[in-house]
Amino acid sequence: MSESKFVYVTYIRTSAEKLWHALTDTEFNRKYWFGCHQESKWKQGAEWKLTGSDGRLYDSGEVLEIDPPRRLVLKWRNDWLPELKDEGWSRCVFEIETDGEMTKLSVTHTTERPSIFIEKVSNGWPKILSSLKSLLETGQPLPRTDQPKS
Amino acid sequence: MSMDRVFRALADRSRRRLLDRLHARNGQALGELCEGLDMTRQAVSKHLAILEEANLVVSRKEGRVRLHFINPVPINEIADRWIGKFERGRLRALADLKHRLEEKTDE
Repeated sequence: MSESKFVYVTYIRTSAEKLWHALTDTEFNRKYWFGCHQESKWKQGAEWKLTGSDGRLYDSGEVLEIDPPRRLVLKWRNDWLPELKDEGWSRCVFEIETDGEMTKLSVTHTTERPSIFIEKVSNGWPKILSSLKSLLETGQPLPRTDQPKS
Repeated sequence: MSMDRVFRALADRSRRRLLDRLHARNGQALGELCEGLDMTRQAVSKHLAILEEANLVVSRKEGRVRLHFINPVPINEIADRWIGKFERGRLRALADLKHRLEEKTDE
């Protein structure tokens, strides 16, 4: 298989609406995404950016599909490291489903070709999603996910 | 997702082997996962179902085949709950020791 693909699934004791808010709200993002936050008008075709706490632009792209609070598809590229930028676009799909008392969040991050970027983000996603779960369920993010990676 | 299920799923050597194979190459069909293993297709399928119940494996239908992906999120939760916590304790103990030793020097 030539594509690079990772699927991350977590079940969170929260509502789909709260989870959607946590995923798309700038201030909420900073608490669990290593200090990073997303900026977008959250409309189909709108620009999308991921910025670090130091104001650096890490990643950018576009909102391809948006259906709150169920589905968000982003066109995503790293802007920070030239070798990753050269890899071109990845596609990241967020899907939210209600499953009894829990809300299931699936994140699928794919590139059409083998990708170092997808390998690199595969270290970050599990930590970000575990911290998001902890933050929504207990009010506390996991240690060290509310500040930049050292 | 209950951690009991995750630990139970990880308690079996064959299932850990399947996770290793998915870690080496993510997104495999049942047939590919069976290759080179001395387990029947039925046994592999049963182990995969237990791994899926524990949310350690996610399967997706892509075209005509169902592909299996390792889901690293529950493993990260274990690492945080069962390793990170003790590591933090040890770091705190060291900090306390340093504090006590430094207090003595002050005397």
